[in-house]
Amino acid sequence: MKKTASRINGDLLRPVLETSPRFYRAVALVGAVAALGFVAWGYQVWNGIGVAGIRRPVFWGFYITNFVFWIGISHAGTLISAILRLANAGWRRPVTRCAEAITVFALMIGAMFPLIHLGRPWLAFWLFPIPNERGLWPNFRSPLLWDFFAINTYLLGSLLFLLLPMLPDFALVRDRARGWRRRIYGWLALGWEGTPRQWHRLETAMHIMAILIIPVAVSVHSIVSFDFAMAPVPMWHSTIFAPYFVVGAIFSGIAALILAMALLRKLLHLEEYLQPKHFDNLGKLLLVMSLLWFYFVFAERLTVWYGNDPAEMAVFRATQSGAYAPLFWAMVFCNFLLPMPLLAIQRLRTITGTVIASLAVVVGMWLERFLIIVPSLAHKYLPYSWGTYAPTWVEITITVATFAGMVLLYMLFAKLVPVISVWEFKVGSHRHAMAADARLQTETEPEPAVGEVSA
Amino acid sequence: MSVLYGLFSEPEAAQRAADSLRAAGVSEASLLVLSSEPWEEYEFGADRRRSWMPWLAACGGFLGGMAGFALVAGTQQSWPLRTGGMPVVTLWPAGIITYEMTMLGAILATVLTLLISARLRPNRRPRLEEPALSEGFILVGVSNPPEPQRVELERRLREAGSEAVKTVPSAWPERFQKG
Repeated sequence: MKKTASRINGDLLRPVLETSPRFYRAVALVGAVAALGFVAWGYQVWNGIGVAGIRRPVFWGFYITNFVFWIGISHAGTLISAILRLANAGWRRPVTRCAEAITVFALMIGAMFPLIHLGRPWLAFWLFPIPNERGLWPNFRSPLLWDFFAINTYLLGSLLFLLLPMLPDFALVRDRARGWRRRIYGWLALGWEGTPRQWHRLETAMHIMAILIIPVAVSVHSIVSFDFAMAPVPMWHSTIFAPYFVVGAIFSGIAALILAMALLRKLLHLEEYLQPKHFDNLGKLLLVMSLLWFYFVFAERLTVWYGNDPAEMAVFRATQSGAYAPLFWAMVFCNFLLPMPLLAIQRLRTITGTVIASLAVVVGMWLERFLIIVPSLAHKYLPYSWGTYAPTWVEITITVATFAGMVLLYMLFAKLVPVISVWEFKVGSHRHAMAADARLQTETEPEPAVGEVSA
Repeated sequence: MSVLYGLFSEPEAAQRAADSLRAAGVSEASLLVLSSEPWEEYEFGADRRRSWMPWLAACGGFLGGMAGFALVAGTQQSWPLRTGGMPVVTLWPAGIITYEMTMLGAILATVLTLLISARLRPNRRPRLEEPALSEGFILVGVSNPPEPQRVELERRLREAGSEAVKTVPSAWPERFQKG
């Protein structure tokens, strides 16, 4: 056991305690791309929101697409981790922290977009629910204000859900580090010792948090969907939107988790910890979500087509066979047609297969967000008000930069914190060993003699 | 202030040590168990004390929800704004904010209860620094062992299968040693 613990410590703490020049080069590269996003944003702030492509009638473009997309990606982590924790799924142990980190970073990135979209971010406090005497006060009937509460609750809850199980690992790094690292990790460990009381309290807290965070996660994407569903805009004003958004969010979240795990496995040499069975299990989940996603899209489209409302049909036709048709069918290919065989056929559900399917799903889900927002705004009730939307270099740069920002945050996280929960992995190992011992003991026990009662 | 302890590589040995120390008259408050992973399947690693955490979380949720509703209703009545033909205090939208604040209250109450009940705070040092803990060893020992009993307790720790027996000064004052 001692040897196993040492090896697990060595493997999982190595990225935290040792830094290679390759890491600095990668951070510099990804950081430069992320910095370009800030340059583009600065350009927009300096010159005004007019440098973006949003025009009447399409006032929500790439920025709100990105906002919905990243909030959706955030559903990977905390929700999946909480469900797997409550289900006591043993295979979750190497996966949960990777997943929870995605949630926090994706929420941070997603929450930036309303600020970017504002055009004048220094006036953002006008949106906060602070009563004031300027004649501007919060309208609690607005879904945008619901977003404020939902996203902040989810962000804080997810951050705490990520941090709590890190305490024992911070203590582990504290005990093995020297100098400034020891001081910092000592502070972060909050004096963790590992007494039975502390373990018991931590596990109780994690259990309660897992129960609490699931409905919060569901509410967040439901509320993001209300941003659209509360407006009488063709193909938005629909009761299906809340569950449709939640399903889409979990779908894209799982895909992002698979991509992050594959990247970590390769770069940090965690092949022994992030095994094919983890990708296989997540691949099955992705398959279920792909089917659910298709079911929701079909139900939504069928209802619109059958209702034959002229305003809704204009949007319907624009996406099925009009200007947005290439994007629509690319979305169907990425979210359903390509992942289906890759995930349904066991022989293809390898690490490579799940990664290809996940890449397609991430692209497909981004397209889905775009197709929900832009065609509806471009085809409102009165044909004379119809318009088009084309993003400018500012919006494209900021969008690309956020992906780089996500990679950058994840790389820095993997450098500062063990990306696989060391103590949880050890618990999994010793429980596995105990179960194996018990099996061995049962197999080697002599057969009871005839007439003897077996215990 | 000192701690006498043994290091055990197997949980069965740690359990024997804990049983043996109790048999020698060591009180629960003086018995010290530390490990780098939970061992709740074993008696030595289980904490049987009742936790109020779920109830406190529920109370936090209730308070959060009340605060959320008060914020919405209070603000809307203090600065009345009529939009969309809706009443000033709208219950459906208020329900959303109330719900989010309920969950936030429950989450914060849970975390706060954890920090207080597990005695966690930023400037707190662990009572002793034992590098073997991170290598998977389980520490079973006695805080402030009575001098006449020290030899006997050491013997019991060795007999239980301890791979090393040590006595070190504790970083904590005596009044904080228990638990």
